[in-house]
Amino acid sequence: MLYESPQTTEDAVELLSKSKGKVHVLAGGSDLLVRMKGGYIEPDVVIDIKRIKSMNTIKKTADGFLIGAAVSCARMADHQALCKAWPGVVEAASLIGSDQIQGRCTMAGNMCNASPAADSVPAMIAAEAWALVQGPRGERWVLVEKIAKAPGVTTLRKGEVVEAILLPPKYKKSGDAYLRFTPRTEMDIAVVSAAVNLTLGAKGVITDARVALGAVGPKAMLVKPAAKAIVGTTLDDAALAKLAAAAAAACDPIDDKRGTIQFRTKVAQVLAKRAAKIAYQRAGGK
Amino acid sequence: MNKETKFTERTFKSVGTRPVRPDGVDKVTGRARYGADYDMPGQLIGLMLRSPHAHATIKKIDTSAAEQLPGVKAVVTSKDLPDLTDGDTDLKCILENSMARKKAFYDGHAVAAVAAVDMPTAKAALKLINVEYKIHKHVTDVDKAADPKAPVLHKDCFTKGVEPAPVKPSNIAASSEFGHGDVGKGFDDADFVVERNFRTEQTHQGYIEPHACVASVSPDGSGELWVCTQGHFVFRQQCAQLLGMDMAKLRVTSSEIGGGFGGKTHLWLEPVALALSRKANLPVKLTMTREDVFRASGPTSATSIDIKIGIKNDGTITAGEATLRYTSGPWKGSWAMLGAMTAFACYDLENVKTTGLEILVNRPKTTAYRAPSAPMAAFAVESVIDELAGKIGRDPVAVRIQNAAKEGTQSSYGPVYGPIGIGPTLEAAAKHPHMSAPLGENQGRGMACGFWFNFGGQSCTHINIDIDGTVTLTVGTIDVGGARASLSLVVAEELGINYEQVKTVIGDTGNLGYNEMTDGSRGTFASSMSAIMSARKAIEELKQRAAMMWDVSVDEVSWEDGHARATGNSNLPPLSIAEIAAGAGKTGGPIAGHTELNADGAGVSFATHICDVEVDPETGLTRVIRYTVIQDAGKAVHPTYVEGQFQGGATQGIGWALNEEYIYGDDGRLQNPGFLDYRIPVCSDLPMIDTQILEIPNPNHPYGIRGVGETSIVPPLAAIANAVSNASGVRMTHVPMSPPRILAAIEEAETTTA
Amino acid sequence: MSVLVNSTINGDNVSFSCDADETLMDALRNRVGLKGVKEGCGTGDCGACSIRLDGALVCSCLVLGAEAEGRTVETVEGMSNGAELHVLQTKFLEHAALQCGICTPGFLIAAQTLLEKNPSPTETEIRYALAGNLCRCTGYDKIVRAVQDAAVVMKKGRKK
Repeated sequence: MLYESPQTTEDAVELLSKSKGKVHVLAGGSDLLVRMKGGYIEPDVVIDIKRIKSMNTIKKTADGFLIGAAVSCARMADHQALCKAWPGVVEAASLIGSDQIQGRCTMAGNMCNASPAADSVPAMIAAEAWALVQGPRGERWVLVEKIAKAPGVTTLRKGEVVEAILLPPKYKKSGDAYLRFTPRTEMDIAVVSAAVNLTLGAKGVITDARVALGAVGPKAMLVKPAAKAIVGTTLDDAALAKLAAAAAAACDPIDDKRGTIQFRTKVAQVLAKRAAKIAYQRAGGK
Repeated sequence: MNKETKFTERTFKSVGTRPVRPDGVDKVTGRARYGADYDMPGQLIGLMLRSPHAHATIKKIDTSAAEQLPGVKAVVTSKDLPDLTDGDTDLKCILENSMARKKAFYDGHAVAAVAAVDMPTAKAALKLINVEYKIHKHVTDVDKAADPKAPVLHKDCFTKGVEPAPVKPSNIAASSEFGHGDVGKGFDDADFVVERNFRTEQTHQGYIEPHACVASVSPDGSGELWVCTQGHFVFRQQCAQLLGMDMAKLRVTSSEIGGGFGGKTHLWLEPVALALSRKANLPVKLTMTREDVFRASGPTSATSIDIKIGIKNDGTITAGEATLRYTSGPWKGSWAMLGAMTAFACYDLENVKTTGLEILVNRPKTTAYRAPSAPMAAFAVESVIDELAGKIGRDPVAVRIQNAAKEGTQSSYGPVYGPIGIGPTLEAAAKHPHMSAPLGENQGRGMACGFWFNFGGQSCTHINIDIDGTVTLTVGTIDVGGARASLSLVVAEELGINYEQVKTVIGDTGNLGYNEMTDGSRGTFASSMSAIMSARKAIEELKQRAAMMWDVSVDEVSWEDGHARATGNSNLPPLSIAEIAAGAGKTGGPIAGHTELNADGAGVSFATHICDVEVDPETGLTRVIRYTVIQDAGKAVHPTYVEGQFQGGATQGIGWALNEEYIYGDDGRLQNPGFLDYRIPVCSDLPMIDTQILEIPNPNHPYGIRGVGETSIVPPLAAIANAVSNASGVRMTHVPMSPPRILAAIEEAETTTA
Repeated sequence: MSVLVNSTINGDNVSFSCDADETLMDALRNRVGLKGVKEGCGTGDCGACSIRLDGALVCSCLVLGAEAEGRTVETVEGMSNGAELHVLQTKFLEHAALQCGICTPGFLIAAQTLLEKNPSPTETEIRYALAGNLCRCTGYDKIVRAVQDAAVVMKKGRKK
């Protein structure tokens, strides 16, 4: 195996494009090294992106927060403006593994690993986040929900690497929240998860919403009917019931070692309702 | 000399204090050497090839390509471990488990191994080994395996212990029965009878240190083995037998051990490491990955238990009956037997009958796990007793107190009890502030009792009085969690010197006579008994030497507070241990004390646990919010480490009760061989674990010491099940009580009542 | 393929060579000889191999040895000041916060990182900060108490 640590995105793209054999990007390594240890992958080349400056910063711009692909989740949690604007996204990112993992893992890596149970992905989808993808043919912007194709498979093309994730600016009277279900308090993979991002108009009426679910299908998904169920309401019990029903209808989970179809479908509803309540409160609703 | 091992009342000076352990600094500075931390010069790296199939005949193994790979120094298969077991069936199972012979019996069963100059070469070599399998139908579920239609693992397995002997082979390897009285009559006398089936899933000891060893066999037939083990003397004996070596020529050194809980009482890698070294003629280091540990080492049994208990309105339990099916992996064990013995051991019953059935399955070979087999049986019994208490409208603690075994009770497994702690732990629970603390919404409280036998057995210790008056105690029982501190305290007590003057070390197999394992909570009980005897012999010798120095008769010398005193002549100032030792060269040579004994009379152990849980009715998620352990420890030598045993066992029980389980796919492969999905409790899952130590002296130990290590894992399954029942209204009969199981039960209850 | 790595390990400049796909945990144990870095799982689930890399708490099993180039590494071997134990080491001993001790180096590094960031953590904060370190012996009770006690002593030390 070859280990490469390019200093620039251009060098990374060139290495990705030209390297022969199985080439893997190393961001935090908390998925890649586990797969290497288990013998599931045997890379010929590993490209470490942590020494690329542009991938190592969090920039606040007029377009929002541009979070470099190599920024660890721990550093996101230390960024006060980001925490204030997107508490749900930061909480989701902070739920990935222990403090030890937090020091390494990245949202971009979490996304590119393309696990349906990835914690940060539903929160990013609800936030309408974009991935900045660099490749041999230049850059392109891709909605986060379009990155994963199937478990472990992404829509990224040969030679492409995610350089950063863009979270939109914080809108007035908006709030987001992410909840996941795990049997233990820490160290587990989400059995099911839900993220809600909403904006309020006059009298606490929801004017805009995005709802995403994780671990109830082959990839994290945006659930438009669930958002529709609460838009135009003040999140009363009837709206919550409709939200739950829409979430349940969107669920297409599997039975596996982490949970059953029945359990995931039931708890997805519970979490969607609870996350919506938190987001509503964060948006200033009462 | 006082050879009496019976308890005599005394006031302790050292025993009962809480000093820092002698091996502590090494463990907080990274110096302590565990199994994988030792290297021998020129050592090779070993790796195992494991079966991906749950049940398959090995038609052919071609190792030629691996052997030809540069850097590969040895490849072994079962051919390199010929059967030398000579009719010893237990040893034969160990051999077959170490390396599959005709058949691979579970996912992870070793089929070949290599030794190479480094890890990459060893990995490459494994890929070059070609194994041809014929796959058979497999069975992993306990009840399905017991079914007559199940695929049979061994064509020559006819249930032992039943008359007449069956003519058809099955997966029921053995049956054992215990009890007394007439249960039929007992049930007739009952006002209420509850009959249920309980299931528990297979769990792993979950020690953080994977198995590891370094083996070296020389051309002259002598060998060395460095290994993390709970019993290096046993390992030596079994390895020597399996490899055809002279026992005296195999020297086994126990490393520091990174947790065992029973799982390191068994050979896994070691015979293979020795075989590799013998073939390569170089030392070989062989370690397991975490995945290997889960797939191929010591889980406990999965169980299915049918239970029936009857009670009168006045609270008297009239009869208890149970049929207990325990998986033992692919070979016969005694796990169901232990379950059948322990199930009703807490109670004084007129009519009791238990039957234990050892069930063979395509899972790794069951090994001891802390009070092996008792937690599952207690889960069933203690759940039903709670339910019966509810039926007659009585407090569950009061019902247990009414029926508790006491001194003179004939136990459900036969012997008559001496002074025991079940009653006192229950009385303490009734009075404990935890019992009356307020509970919040969705919260419930449960309690349960537990029993463990405790063992004694063969022990051998040596005490050297060094010339500066410090003392070395050499023991042959390895230290799993502070025993060196406890044993140093005991020797300091007996010699009348300070704890700091005593250093306890674990000898290797060349230093001492045979010692049994550190298992059955015997380490401190048996080794302290032997150490006390060794100290008494050393005192006799010290008195002799003092008599020589003073030129008086030894009858005129007494031993007090670490000094020889001349009883007949007050003008002679007392001689300290250092003063006597300094002159040893002139009074007859080194001063030492040595004992070998078979420690009898390990006092049985009882505990009562109380716990509060909160159940989320919408998700089935359960959190333990308060937990109290009350246990009889006999004399607590080092109370902090006694508390540690209580807390650790309770926590393992909590993990078992709520989330830990082996999950097999339809293909017979283990789905969760890692700490990610085999969910042992993490720090944030738990509250503080409160403890209350009761000290009911064991009459069969000079200081009244009992084993304390195991009992604490017995009550939690039932205590939590009872708490969940009180919190959510559902009676859980399947452990672990994972959120999907609890939520399904809550929904079912809602449907039934709606 | 082998790579040559120059790092600062426990304050000393250290060079080691390791395979490109070798983890920092293996390199520290087998190339540098720091056996206090323990392997419990090799997949980041147990925390026994916890170290600090440029000050950040990480599982060294999830870092490649090659990544340590030019970075600082801190392990349990560098925790005491000569013969003077770190307060956490002393408190772990006093509280019997270890039984078998295999998880102890990882817990110490994690607790040290916590207390440097948050000198007065609540019990809950301690429990979550240590959730990445598995202990199978103690039930965590005495570990949490040792960290609480160490926090008190370290704060007093700072005031002096």
